[in-house]
Amino acid sequence: MKKYLSFFRLRFIMGLQYRAAALAGIVTQFVWGFMEILMFRAFYRADAAAFPMEFSALSSYVWLQQAFLALFAAWMMENEIMDSIVTGNISYELCRPISIYNMWYTRSIANRLARAFLRCFPILAVAVFIPKPYGIAAPASLLHFLLFLITLVLGLAVTVSFCMLIYVLTFFTVSAQGLRIVFMSVVDFFTGGLIPLPFFPEKIQRVMELLPFASMQNVALRIYSGSMSGYEMKKAIILQIFWLVAVTAVGKLLCRIAEKRIVVQGG
Amino acid sequence: MTASNKLTAFNNRINNKKKSSIKLYFHYISINIRCMMQYKTSFFLNVTGQFLVSFTVFLSMFFMFERFRSVEGFTYSEVLLCFSTMLLAFSLAEMFARGFDTFSGMVRGGDFDRILVRPRSEIMQVLGSKFELTRIGRMLQAIVMFVYGIMASGIAWNFSRIITIIFMITGGTVIFSALFLIYAALCFFTLDGLEFMNVFTDGAREFGQYPTAIYGKKMLLFTTFVIPYSLFQYYPLLFLTGRSDNIILMFLPLVACWFMIPAFLLWKYGVRHYKSSGS
Repeated sequence: MKKYLSFFRLRFIMGLQYRAAALAGIVTQFVWGFMEILMFRAFYRADAAAFPMEFSALSSYVWLQQAFLALFAAWMMENEIMDSIVTGNISYELCRPISIYNMWYTRSIANRLARAFLRCFPILAVAVFIPKPYGIAAPASLLHFLLFLITLVLGLAVTVSFCMLIYVLTFFTVSAQGLRIVFMSVVDFFTGGLIPLPFFPEKIQRVMELLPFASMQNVALRIYSGSMSGYEMKKAIILQIFWLVAVTAVGKLLCRIAEKRIVVQGG
Repeated sequence: MTASNKLTAFNNRINNKKKSSIKLYFHYISINIRCMMQYKTSFFLNVTGQFLVSFTVFLSMFFMFERFRSVEGFTYSEVLLCFSTMLLAFSLAEMFARGFDTFSGMVRGGDFDRILVRPRSEIMQVLGSKFELTRIGRMLQAIVMFVYGIMASGIAWNFSRIITIIFMITGGTVIFSALFLIYAALCFFTLDGLEFMNVFTDGAREFGQYPTAIYGKKMLLFTTFVIPYSLFQYYPLLFLTGRSDNIILMFLPLVACWFMIPAFLLWKYGVRHYKSSGS
């Protein structure tokens, strides 16, 4: 456990180094969130009754999504891991007396946390001062806020487990490019990255909420903004735990199979 | 030799150079295509992926209209037409001008030196250095959407409207290409690609699926006078959907092409100030 902790610390500190890049990212995400809210405002004006959540809840959703983008963005994958499989550098990591799966897992979590840590505060700080209903609102209650924190962590864990699945699959396909881009587009759509899940037609939404993708950013962001009822919250959290266990188990199993028949690339 | 003879000879030389430049460009592309075809599975997955990316954007828009029916008076079929022309213009620009995307690496690594010593246009060489065939996925999606958009639009097509839509696509392609050029030109000064520029390219594609007027007055002014997206999107769309009879709107996409001038000047300025940074 100690070795993973020190690995986590190392990666976290490393992630904090790229501050200029973070600044550029913050500005980009801020503009993005702003445009998104303007777009939803136009739809809200067209037909306020058809809006599935309160407008202020939607604003909170968008700002939190932009602030914590680094935690949930499926496209922020670790290129180093993919490269090490393609070039054969993986053999050095295999020599070490640690589990590859756990090491990569720690590394991904650390990287994402570091990035989010750098980026979230400026975005949230500005969003707080934007007038209602376009800014970020206070959470519905203290309980909601605590549940938001818990589901945020669970969501991050599910996202990373899912990315791990793709890293492990790279062992079998070698070139990860294509696989990755297919996965990314699907994940972005199903997690509510393009439009929040409540905006989908009801029947489709009901199916989508059962998929592992809904256990990523969807739960935390909607609990904070209070667009989930008590029963829905309970169900969503149980689903999150279920998917976390299931996806991690499948990933670990695949990893074990891959390690047995691994071919080291490169020369 | 008389003066006029000299002039003809000079013109001929320029013409030959231009012709061989274009020939060389296609040669570059053919090399790139053959190179990519060595990894067929990866290529097809890539194309599928690109297709899916823009398809999911379309689906989200479709679901939004299932719920809201119209936005700022624009119906689904009108927005669809707007979305598909924007996507087509973007993917055309991307197909030819995204070579600028990897330009930061070229500046940082000092590879640009090699381009400068060759007796051909720098822009042509940069464009030819990377031709992303994988973007065909987005292109395919754009063409499918465009055909669907035209059929579903319910617009009575006449000569001036057909010309308008051709202008819209041309204008859009020019402006997106200019934005890619600016992105590359800035690399001369920053040495690194500016992530922020993505707002103006990928962001504009993403948010440009809706007519720019829905984002409010200020945004409309910005997209008219600063970066002229509205000139090839919102205003001609008004003419196309019969909201306005003003014939001037039809030619606005051509007016928008002025944006290429500062982009080109910035690039020229950048080339002149280029200091090799590689070893």
